[in-house]
Amino acid sequence: MNGVHDMGGMQGLGPVEAEPNEPVFHAPWEARAFAMNIAAGAWRKWNTDAGRYQIELIPAAEYLRMSYYEKWAARLEELLIKAGLVTREEITRGQPAPGSVKATPPFTVDKVPFLLRTGAGAKRDVAVPARFQIGQPVRARNIHPSGHTRLPRYARGHVGTVDRDHGVYVFPDTNAHFLGEKPQHVYSVRFAARELWGDQASARDSVYIDLWDDYLEPV
Amino acid sequence: MSERHEHQTVPSDPALRVKALESLLVEKGIVDPAALDALIDTYQHKVGPRNGARVVARAWVDPAYKQRLFEDATSAIAELGYGGRQGEHMVVVENTPAIHNLVVCTLCSCYPWSVLGLPPVWYKSAPYRSRAVIDPRGVLREFGLELGQDVEVRVWDSTAELRYLVLPERPAGTQDLSEDDLAAMVTRDAMIGVAKVAAPRRARA
Repeated sequence: MNGVHDMGGMQGLGPVEAEPNEPVFHAPWEARAFAMNIAAGAWRKWNTDAGRYQIELIPAAEYLRMSYYEKWAARLEELLIKAGLVTREEITRGQPAPGSVKATPPFTVDKVPFLLRTGAGAKRDVAVPARFQIGQPVRARNIHPSGHTRLPRYARGHVGTVDRDHGVYVFPDTNAHFLGEKPQHVYSVRFAARELWGDQASARDSVYIDLWDDYLEPV
Repeated sequence: MSERHEHQTVPSDPALRVKALESLLVEKGIVDPAALDALIDTYQHKVGPRNGARVVARAWVDPAYKQRLFEDATSAIAELGYGGRQGEHMVVVENTPAIHNLVVCTLCSCYPWSVLGLPPVWYKSAPYRSRAVIDPRGVLREFGLELGQDVEVRVWDSTAELRYLVLPERPAGTQDLSEDDLAAMVTRDAMIGVAKVAAPRRARA
Protein backbone atom coordinates (compact mmCIF):
# COMPACT_ATOMS: atom_id res chain seq x y z
CA MET A 1 0.00 0.00 0.00
CA ASN A 2 1.35 3.41 -0.92
CA GLY A 3 0.73 4.62 2.61
CA VAL A 4 2.28 7.31 4.73
CA HIS A 5 4.21 4.59 6.59
CA ASP A 6 6.43 4.21 3.50
CA MET A 7 8.55 7.21 4.44
CA GLY A 8 11.91 6.65 2.82
CA GLY A 9 12.94 9.80 0.93
CA MET A 10 10.14 12.07 2.19
CA GLN A 11 11.15 15.59 3.16
CA GLY A 12 9.81 18.24 5.49
CA LEU A 13 9.09 15.96 8.43
CA GLY A 14 11.42 17.92 10.70
CA PRO A 15 14.74 17.41 12.42
CA VAL A 16 15.70 14.20 14.20
CA GLU A 17 15.35 14.87 17.90
CA ALA A 18 17.24 12.52 20.16
CA GLU A 19 16.39 12.49 23.86
CA PRO A 20 19.36 12.13 26.22
CA ASN A 21 19.10 9.22 28.66
CA GLU A 22 15.80 8.15 27.19
CA PRO A 23 13.85 5.61 29.28
CA VAL A 24 12.72 2.33 27.68
CA PHE A 25 9.10 3.38 28.23
CA HIS A 26 7.89 6.93 28.81
CA ALA A 27 4.80 5.93 30.76
CA PRO A 28 3.47 2.72 32.32
CA TRP A 29 0.75 2.44 29.65
CA GLU A 30 3.39 2.20 26.93
CA ALA A 31 4.89 -0.82 28.65
CA ARG A 32 1.45 -2.44 29.05
CA ALA A 33 0.57 -1.81 25.39
CA PHE A 34 3.89 -3.32 24.31
CA ALA A 35 3.53 -6.40 26.49
CA MET A 36 -0.12 -6.99 25.54
CA ASN A 37 0.84 -7.05 21.86
CA ILE A 38 3.44 -9.74 22.50
CA ALA A 39 1.24 -11.78 24.82
CA ALA A 40 -1.86 -11.62 22.61
CA GLY A 41 0.30 -12.61 19.63
CA ALA A 42 0.83 -15.94 21.35
CA TRP A 43 -2.73 -16.88 20.41
CA ARG A 44 -1.25 -17.22 16.90
CA LYS A 45 -4.36 -15.71 15.35
CA TRP A 46 -2.21 -13.37 13.28
CA ASN A 47 1.41 -13.17 12.15
CA THR A 48 4.09 -10.47 12.19
CA ASP A 49 3.21 -9.30 8.70
CA ALA A 50 -0.51 -9.03 9.47
CA GLY A 51 0.44 -7.06 12.59
CA ARG A 52 2.53 -4.62 10.55
CA TYR A 53 -0.21 -4.26 7.96
CA GLN A 54 -2.71 -3.41 10.67
CA ILE A 55 -0.55 -0.42 11.64
CA GLU A 56 -0.40 0.65 7.99
CA LEU A 57 -4.22 0.73 7.94
CA ILE A 58 -4.29 3.55 10.48
CA PRO A 59 -5.50 6.63 8.55
CA ALA A 60 -2.58 8.80 7.45
CA ALA A 61 -3.31 11.86 9.59
CA GLU A 62 -3.75 9.64 12.64
CA TYR A 63 -0.61 7.68 11.81
CA LEU A 64 1.47 10.85 11.85
CA ARG A 65 -0.14 12.15 15.02
CA MET A 66 -0.01 9.01 17.14
CA SER A 67 3.03 7.91 19.11
CA TYR A 68 4.54 4.50 18.47
CA TYR A 69 2.81 2.75 21.35
CA GLU A 70 -0.51 4.46 20.61
CA LYS A 71 -0.29 2.77 17.22
CA TRP A 72 0.51 -0.53 18.89
CA ALA A 73 -2.54 -0.21 21.14
CA ALA A 74 -4.84 0.74 18.27
CA ARG A 75 -3.46 -2.05 16.10
CA LEU A 76 -3.97 -4.60 18.85
CA GLU A 77 -7.64 -3.72 19.26
CA GLU A 78 -8.27 -4.23 15.56
CA LEU A 79 -6.32 -7.50 15.44
CA LEU A 80 -8.21 -8.85 18.45
CA ILE A 81 -11.55 -7.96 16.86
CA LYS A 82 -10.64 -9.48 13.49
CA ALA A 83 -9.42 -12.62 15.25
CA GLY A 84 -12.70 -12.92 17.13
CA LEU A 85 -10.98 -12.80 20.51
CA VAL A 86 -12.99 -9.72 21.54
CA THR A 87 -15.82 -7.72 20.01
CA ARG A 88 -15.88 -4.00 19.34
CA GLU A 89 -18.75 -3.74 21.78
CA GLU A 90 -16.63 -5.29 24.52
CA ILE A 91 -13.85 -2.77 23.86
CA THR A 92 -16.33 0.11 23.87
CA ARG A 93 -17.95 -1.08 27.10
CA GLY A 94 -14.66 -2.16 28.69
CA GLN A 95 -16.04 -5.46 29.89
CA PRO A 96 -16.77 -8.93 28.56
CA ALA A 97 -20.12 -9.60 26.95
CA PRO A 98 -22.61 -11.20 29.35
CA GLY A 99 -22.17 -14.96 29.43
CA SER A 100 -18.78 -15.05 27.72
CA VAL A 101 -16.49 -17.83 28.89
CA LYS A 102 -13.08 -16.98 30.34
CA ALA A 103 -10.21 -18.37 28.27
CA THR A 104 -6.77 -19.59 29.37
CA PRO A 105 -3.98 -17.24 28.28
CA PRO A 106 -1.36 -19.02 26.15
CA PHE A 107 1.44 -16.64 27.10
CA THR A 108 2.52 -17.23 30.69
CA VAL A 109 5.54 -16.18 32.74
CA ASP A 110 7.40 -19.39 31.92
CA LYS A 111 7.27 -18.53 28.19
CA VAL A 112 9.40 -15.37 28.57
CA PRO A 113 12.80 -17.15 28.51
CA PHE A 114 11.70 -19.07 25.41
CA LEU A 115 10.84 -15.81 23.68
CA LEU A 116 14.32 -14.51 24.38
CA ARG A 117 16.02 -17.72 23.30
CA THR A 118 14.10 -18.63 20.19
CA GLY A 119 11.83 -15.88 18.99
CA ALA A 120 9.79 -16.40 15.85
CA GLY A 121 12.05 -16.77 12.87
CA ALA A 122 10.81 -16.03 9.36
CA LYS A 123 13.49 -18.13 7.64
CA ARG A 124 12.26 -21.35 6.07
CA ASP A 125 14.31 -24.45 5.48
CA VAL A 126 12.84 -25.30 2.10
CA ALA A 127 14.57 -25.77 -1.24
CA VAL A 128 13.46 -22.81 -3.32
CA PRO A 129 15.75 -21.86 -6.20
CA ALA A 130 17.22 -18.36 -6.16
CA ARG A 131 16.20 -16.36 -9.22
CA PHE A 132 19.18 -14.05 -8.91
CA GLN A 133 22.89 -14.43 -8.22
CA ILE A 134 25.26 -12.35 -6.13
CA GLY A 135 26.71 -9.59 -8.29
CA GLN A 136 23.79 -9.61 -10.72
CA PRO A 137 22.16 -6.30 -11.65
CA VAL A 138 18.43 -6.28 -10.85
CA ARG A 139 15.58 -3.83 -11.09
CA ALA A 140 13.09 -3.33 -8.27
CA ARG A 141 9.74 -3.85 -9.96
CA ASN A 142 7.43 -0.91 -10.51
CA ILE A 143 4.47 -2.36 -8.63
CA HIS A 144 1.94 -0.71 -6.35
CA PRO A 145 0.12 -3.41 -4.38
CA SER A 146 -2.89 -2.11 -2.46
CA GLY A 147 -2.20 -4.55 0.38
CA HIS A 148 0.90 -5.12 2.48
CA THR A 149 4.31 -4.98 0.84
CA ARG A 150 7.87 -4.47 2.00
CA LEU A 151 9.11 -3.02 -1.27
CA PRO A 152 9.60 0.67 -0.46
CA ARG A 153 8.38 3.16 -3.03
CA TYR A 154 11.71 4.92 -3.28
CA ALA A 155 13.32 1.77 -4.69
CA ARG A 156 10.70 0.93 -7.32
CA GLY A 157 11.94 1.09 -10.89
CA HIS A 158 15.54 1.51 -9.82
CA VAL A 159 18.49 -0.72 -10.66
CA GLY A 160 20.76 -2.19 -8.04
CA THR A 161 23.16 -5.09 -7.60
CA VAL A 162 22.58 -8.24 -5.56
CA ASP A 163 25.07 -7.98 -2.69
CA ARG A 164 24.05 -10.96 -0.53
CA ASP A 165 21.60 -13.82 -0.65
CA HIS A 166 20.15 -14.24 2.85
CA GLY A 167 18.30 -17.46 2.12
CA VAL A 168 14.60 -18.29 2.01
CA TYR A 169 12.04 -16.29 4.02
CA VAL A 170 8.29 -15.96 4.39
CA PHE A 171 6.86 -13.53 1.81
CA PRO A 172 5.04 -10.69 3.61
CA ASP A 173 2.77 -9.70 0.71
CA THR A 174 0.87 -12.98 0.97
CA ASN A 175 1.48 -13.83 4.61
CA ALA A 176 0.04 -10.54 5.87
CA HIS A 177 -3.26 -11.46 4.22
CA PHE A 178 -3.19 -15.10 5.38
CA LEU A 179 -2.66 -16.24 1.79
CA GLY A 180 0.27 -18.50 2.60
CA GLU A 181 3.96 -18.07 3.32
CA LYS A 182 5.16 -18.36 -0.31
CA PRO A 183 8.78 -18.74 0.90
CA GLN A 184 11.42 -17.25 -1.39
CA HIS A 185 14.93 -15.79 -1.37
CA VAL A 186 15.68 -12.45 0.22
CA TYR A 187 18.67 -10.48 -1.02
CA SER A 188 20.46 -7.38 0.14
CA VAL A 189 20.40 -5.26 -2.99
CA ARG A 190 22.84 -2.37 -3.21
CA PHE A 191 21.50 0.77 -4.87
CA ALA A 192 23.91 3.60 -5.60
CA ALA A 193 22.63 6.72 -3.83
CA ARG A 194 22.71 8.58 -7.16
CA GLU A 195 20.55 5.91 -8.81
CA LEU A 196 17.89 6.63 -6.18
CA TRP A 197 18.29 10.36 -5.58
CA GLY A 198 20.21 11.81 -8.53
CA ASP A 199 23.21 14.07 -8.50
CA GLN A 200 22.42 15.64 -5.14
CA ALA A 201 23.61 12.42 -3.50
CA SER A 202 27.25 11.56 -2.92
CA ALA A 203 28.78 9.46 -5.68
CA ARG A 204 30.27 7.18 -3.03
CA ASP A 205 27.16 6.42 -1.03
CA SER A 206 24.65 3.62 -1.35
CA VAL A 207 21.51 2.18 0.20
CA TYR A 208 21.17 -1.55 0.82
CA ILE A 209 17.58 -2.80 0.82
CA ASP A 210 16.46 -6.33 1.71
CA LEU A 211 14.22 -7.48 -1.11
CA TRP A 212 12.35 -10.69 -1.89
CA ASP A 213 12.59 -12.49 -5.24
CA ASP A 214 9.10 -11.36 -6.26
CA TYR A 215 10.13 -7.70 -5.92
CA LEU A 216 12.89 -8.02 -8.49
CA GLU A 217 13.31 -8.46 -12.24
CA PRO A 218 16.40 -9.04 -14.34
CA VAL A 219 17.95 -6.05 -16.09
CA MET B 1 -9.68 0.64 1.39
CA SER B 2 -12.72 -0.94 2.89
CA GLU B 3 -10.76 -1.81 6.03
CA ARG B 4 -10.14 0.99 8.44
CA HIS B 5 -9.67 1.76 12.07
CA GLU B 6 -12.69 2.77 14.06
CA HIS B 7 -11.49 4.10 17.34
CA GLN B 8 -13.61 7.15 17.93
CA THR B 9 -15.75 5.38 20.52
CA VAL B 10 -12.95 4.45 22.92
CA PRO B 11 -11.15 6.92 25.22
CA SER B 12 -8.75 9.23 23.40
CA ASP B 13 -6.36 9.30 26.33
CA PRO B 14 -4.01 6.42 25.59
CA ALA B 15 -3.41 5.67 29.26
CA LEU B 16 -7.15 5.19 29.88
CA ARG B 17 -7.63 3.31 26.66
CA VAL B 18 -4.79 0.87 27.35
CA LYS B 19 -5.92 0.37 30.94
CA ALA B 20 -9.43 -0.44 29.77
CA LEU B 21 -8.11 -2.84 27.16
CA GLU B 22 -5.92 -4.65 29.67
CA SER B 23 -8.72 -5.05 32.14
CA LEU B 24 -10.94 -6.49 29.40
CA LEU B 25 -8.24 -8.89 28.17
CA VAL B 26 -7.46 -10.08 31.68
CA GLU B 27 -11.13 -10.63 32.47
CA LYS B 28 -11.58 -12.61 29.27
CA GLY B 29 -8.42 -14.65 29.89
CA ILE B 30 -6.71 -13.39 26.74
CA VAL B 31 -3.59 -12.24 28.58
CA ASP B 32 -2.03 -13.08 31.93
CA PRO B 33 -1.03 -9.90 33.83
CA ALA B 34 1.91 -11.64 35.52
CA ALA B 35 3.29 -12.50 32.08
CA LEU B 36 2.95 -8.87 31.06
CA ASP B 37 4.92 -7.85 34.16
CA ALA B 38 7.65 -10.36 33.33
CA LEU B 39 7.87 -9.17 29.73
CA ILE B 40 8.15 -5.54 30.78
CA ASP B 41 10.79 -6.35 33.38
CA THR B 42 12.77 -8.24 30.74
CA TYR B 43 12.83 -5.38 28.24
CA GLN B 44 13.42 -2.76 30.92
CA HIS B 45 16.24 -4.51 32.73
CA LYS B 46 17.62 -7.52 30.91
CA VAL B 47 17.62 -6.83 27.18
CA GLY B 48 19.32 -3.65 26.04
CA PRO B 49 22.35 -2.11 24.38
CA ARG B 50 24.68 -3.62 26.98
CA ASN B 51 24.15 -6.90 25.09
CA GLY B 52 25.31 -5.41 21.82
CA ALA B 53 28.23 -3.71 23.55
CA ARG B 54 29.46 -7.14 24.75
CA VAL B 55 29.31 -8.40 21.18
CA VAL B 56 31.30 -5.41 19.92
CA ALA B 57 33.93 -5.64 22.65
CA ARG B 58 34.41 -9.36 21.99
CA ALA B 59 34.83 -8.69 18.28
CA TRP B 60 37.45 -6.04 19.05
CA VAL B 61 39.59 -8.36 21.17
CA ASP B 62 39.04 -11.68 19.41
CA PRO B 63 39.68 -11.75 15.63
CA ALA B 64 38.29 -15.28 15.29
CA TYR B 65 35.04 -14.18 16.97
CA LYS B 66 34.85 -11.18 14.67
CA GLN B 67 35.20 -13.46 11.69
CA ARG B 68 32.38 -15.69 12.96
CA LEU B 69 30.28 -12.58 13.44
CA PHE B 70 30.59 -11.69 9.77
CA GLU B 71 29.99 -15.26 8.61
CA ASP B 72 26.99 -16.03 10.83
CA ALA B 73 26.09 -13.20 13.15
CA THR B 74 23.08 -14.95 14.68
CA SER B 75 25.19 -17.90 15.88
CA ALA B 76 28.11 -15.75 17.00
CA ILE B 77 25.79 -13.51 19.02
CA ALA B 78 24.13 -16.60 20.51
CA GLU B 79 27.57 -17.66 21.80
CA LEU B 80 27.29 -14.74 24.24
CA GLY B 81 23.76 -15.79 25.20
CA TYR B 82 21.77 -13.27 23.17
CA GLY B 83 19.04 -14.14 20.72
CA GLY B 84 15.32 -14.56 20.34
CA ARG B 85 12.68 -12.10 19.31
CA GLN B 86 13.74 -9.49 16.74
CA GLY B 87 17.22 -10.97 16.72
CA GLU B 88 16.44 -14.21 14.92
CA HIS B 89 18.35 -13.30 11.75
CA MET B 90 21.28 -11.00 12.48
CA VAL B 91 23.79 -9.30 10.20
CA VAL B 92 26.81 -7.35 11.45
CA VAL B 93 28.34 -4.64 9.27
CA GLU B 94 31.72 -3.13 10.05
CA ASN B 95 32.67 0.53 10.17
CA THR B 96 36.20 1.34 9.00
CA PRO B 97 38.03 4.60 8.28
CA ALA B 98 36.73 4.29 4.69
CA ILE B 99 33.18 2.94 5.24
CA HIS B 100 30.44 4.15 7.55
CA ASN B 101 27.28 2.08 8.02
CA LEU B 102 23.93 3.40 9.18
CA VAL B 103 20.80 1.36 9.96
CA VAL B 104 17.16 2.40 9.49
CA CYS B 105 13.75 0.87 8.86
CA THR B 106 11.87 3.22 6.55
CA LEU B 107 8.64 1.15 6.56
CA CYS B 108 8.14 0.68 10.31
CA SER B 109 10.77 0.57 13.03
CA CYS B 110 12.53 -2.78 12.74
CA TYR B 111 15.40 -2.95 15.20
CA PRO B 112 17.63 -5.68 16.66
CA TRP B 113 15.93 -6.06 20.05
CA SER B 114 18.13 -8.95 21.17
CA VAL B 115 21.28 -6.82 21.16
CA LEU B 116 19.99 -3.24 21.47
CA GLY B 117 16.69 -3.60 23.35
CA LEU B 118 13.66 -1.60 22.26
CA PRO B 119 14.31 1.31 19.89
CA PRO B 120 14.50 4.95 21.02
CA VAL B 121 11.76 7.34 19.94
CA TRP B 122 13.94 9.12 17.38
CA TYR B 123 14.67 5.85 15.56
CA LYS B 124 10.90 5.27 15.20
CA SER B 125 10.20 8.87 14.24
CA ALA B 126 9.12 10.14 10.83
CA PRO B 127 12.14 12.47 10.50
CA TYR B 128 14.68 9.68 10.91
CA ARG B 129 12.82 7.09 8.84
CA SER B 130 12.28 9.51 5.96
CA ARG B 131 15.70 11.13 5.83
CA ALA B 132 18.19 8.39 6.69
CA VAL B 133 18.05 7.03 3.14
CA ILE B 134 17.99 10.30 1.15
CA ASP B 135 20.21 12.45 3.38
CA PRO B 136 22.28 10.20 5.65
CA ARG B 137 25.10 12.71 5.92
CA GLY B 138 22.67 15.44 7.02
CA VAL B 139 21.17 13.13 9.65
CA LEU B 140 24.61 12.20 10.92
CA ARG B 141 25.53 15.89 11.12
CA GLU B 142 22.53 16.42 13.42
CA PHE B 143 23.98 13.73 15.65
CA GLY B 144 27.28 15.64 15.64
CA LEU B 145 29.06 13.33 13.22
CA GLU B 146 30.60 15.03 10.19
CA LEU B 147 31.95 12.53 7.66
CA GLY B 148 34.49 13.44 5.00
CA GLN B 149 33.61 13.12 1.33
CA ASP B 150 36.26 10.36 1.11
CA VAL B 151 34.16 8.17 3.41
CA GLU B 152 31.59 5.85 1.81
CA VAL B 153 28.22 5.86 3.57
CA ARG B 154 26.21 2.64 3.42
CA VAL B 155 22.63 2.86 4.64
CA TRP B 156 20.92 -0.44 5.51
CA ASP B 157 17.13 -0.25 5.20
CA SER B 158 15.96 -3.27 7.18
CA THR B 159 12.83 -3.91 5.14
CA ALA B 160 12.89 -7.70 5.69
CA GLU B 161 13.52 -9.91 8.74
CA LEU B 162 17.28 -9.35 8.81
CA ARG B 163 18.34 -7.18 11.72
CA TYR B 164 21.52 -5.13 11.50
CA LEU B 165 24.14 -4.29 14.11
CA VAL B 166 26.95 -1.89 13.28
CA LEU B 167 30.39 -2.91 14.52
CA PRO B 168 31.93 0.49 15.27
CA GLU B 169 35.62 1.29 14.88
CA ARG B 170 37.69 0.60 17.96
CA PRO B 171 39.07 3.95 19.10
CA ALA B 172 42.81 4.54 19.14
CA GLY B 173 44.55 4.34 22.48
CA THR B 174 42.45 1.48 23.81
CA GLN B 175 44.91 -1.38 23.30
CA ASP B 176 45.42 -1.77 27.06
CA LEU B 177 41.75 -1.81 28.01
CA SER B 178 40.02 -4.98 29.14
CA GLU B 179 37.04 -6.42 27.28
CA ASP B 180 34.78 -5.16 30.08
CA ASP B 181 36.20 -1.64 29.84
CA LEU B 182 35.78 -1.69 26.08
CA ALA B 183 32.17 -2.82 26.37
CA ALA B 184 31.49 0.06 28.75
CA MET B 185 32.55 2.55 26.05
CA VAL B 186 30.25 1.24 23.33
CA THR B 187 27.02 3.21 22.94
CA ARG B 188 23.68 2.29 21.41
CA ASP B 189 24.03 5.11 18.89
CA ALA B 190 27.39 3.76 17.70
CA MET B 191 25.78 0.36 17.06
CA ILE B 192 23.00 1.99 14.99
CA GLY B 193 25.63 3.98 13.14
CA VAL B 194 24.67 7.54 14.11
CA ALA B 195 27.81 7.99 16.24
CA LYS B 196 31.35 6.76 16.64
CA VAL B 197 32.72 5.31 19.83
CA ALA B 198 34.60 8.11 21.56
CA ALA B 199 38.15 7.47 22.67
CA PRO B 200 38.59 7.31 26.44
CA ARG B 201 39.61 10.67 27.89
CA ARG B 202 43.10 9.69 28.96
CA ALA B 203 43.83 8.25 25.52
CA ARG B 204 42.90 11.51 23.80
CA ALA B 205 45.69 13.54 25.39
